[in-house]
Amino acid sequence: MTTRHAEHVMGTVFSFVVRDPSPAVDEALRAAVDRLHAIDARFSPYRADSEVSRIARGESELADASPELAEVMERCAEIGTLTDGWFSAYPEGRLDPSGWVKGWAVEQACALLCEAGSTEHCVNGGGDVQSVGGPWRIGVADPFRPGGLAAVLAGRDLVVATSGTAERGAHIVDPRTGEAPTGLLSLTLVSSGPGLLARTDACATAAFAMGAEQGLAWAGRQPGLEALAILPDPALPKRATNGFLRYAL
Amino acid sequence: MRRAIVTTTATAAGVVLLLSLKPHGGQTASAQAPVISSGSDTGSTTGTGGTSGTGGTDNSGSGSSATTAPSASPSAKGGGSSSGKASHASYTGQAVDTRYGPVQVRIDVSAGKISKIDVLQYPDGLQRDQDINSYALPVLNQEALSAQSAQIDSVSGATYTSDGYTQSLQSALDQAGLK
Repeated sequence: MTTRHAEHVMGTVFSFVVRDPSPAVDEALRAAVDRLHAIDARFSPYRADSEVSRIARGESELADASPELAEVMERCAEIGTLTDGWFSAYPEGRLDPSGWVKGWAVEQACALLCEAGSTEHCVNGGGDVQSVGGPWRIGVADPFRPGGLAAVLAGRDLVVATSGTAERGAHIVDPRTGEAPTGLLSLTLVSSGPGLLARTDACATAAFAMGAEQGLAWAGRQPGLEALAILPDPALPKRATNGFLRYAL
Repeated sequence: MRRAIVTTTATAAGVVLLLSLKPHGGQTASAQAPVISSGSDTGSTTGTGGTSGTGGTDNSGSGSSATTAPSASPSAKGGGSSSGKASHASYTGQAVDTRYGPVQVRIDVSAGKISKIDVLQYPDGLQRDQDINSYALPVLNQEALSAQSAQIDSVSGATYTSDGYTQSLQSALDQAGLK
């Protein structure tokens, strides 16, 4: 028996697949959904009353931020360092840590399910996936074929994050120039292990901004990360790091 | 510089086998990243969603009683909900205005499950928008459908996270009496 749930939150759809439901796990699923809405209420840059929006408008100081936001800002700064500045909590000059928060929210949902005893679940936050247990089969959307898949990945504890031109607005701009990157349609990063989605997602955002050559090369140097790049011309082949193929079916 | 070209006829197993012969690791990715030919190995796994109905596809929602999003349009309540188990029916979601234009979806329900989602309206003001939406909305579409597929557990993609799409979808789901 499998429990599935889709929740509209953070301007996208979060979907849950739980292969080992129980009363405790079902209760944790409800708690996870509540948690997603609570995270959205605090961190959404689209909600005028969120803490992030209040700080972005200058109505309160980052120095007085909640411990939760302060920790998110620390993590964003770490990814900024790791990516040589290609990731920023200020992607368009205005506070917007969404590039970290969405993946982190998925991690939190998984953690709640784990605490309730689930060892087999998969949570997808708007196209970014953290799985626990498995093996799981995760498709990578093909930007050229609506509804089609560019690749299928399989494994245990799979973590898959994709950044692309479809992800409009704040996240995908070169934080150095404020301009949208060119040369890539989407970039997918895959890793394996618990609690890795926020980092993987943020790295995907940064590697996408770097562009095909630099992004793939950078991802290839990161321990535990593998990459698939889809270029803007359908005649051009997809490109991947060598280790990516370990996950590909 | 070494490159592996995989023909489009290779089977999935063939792809793995061929590429497993390549040297792994120890070199930077940019110079000799393997090439995966487009559409080579995954066409058979995309499926059409909702048709397999085999084990592991329980979509009754019986175990998951988490509430649906409170933003579901109230105007969609009512009609059709009492016949949620009707064998075939279509439900058209409310058209939702977004900053890019109106979005509206229609779902087909078969045996209590979504069998198809069509995007009836999406923003097409700018060519760039058209390019984006023509694949991004169906990505969400695929995600919704794939949740009922026994073959793919989840889909990773750069979603154009349209509030309009999800709101219209939610209103159609409400009409269909589905969670």
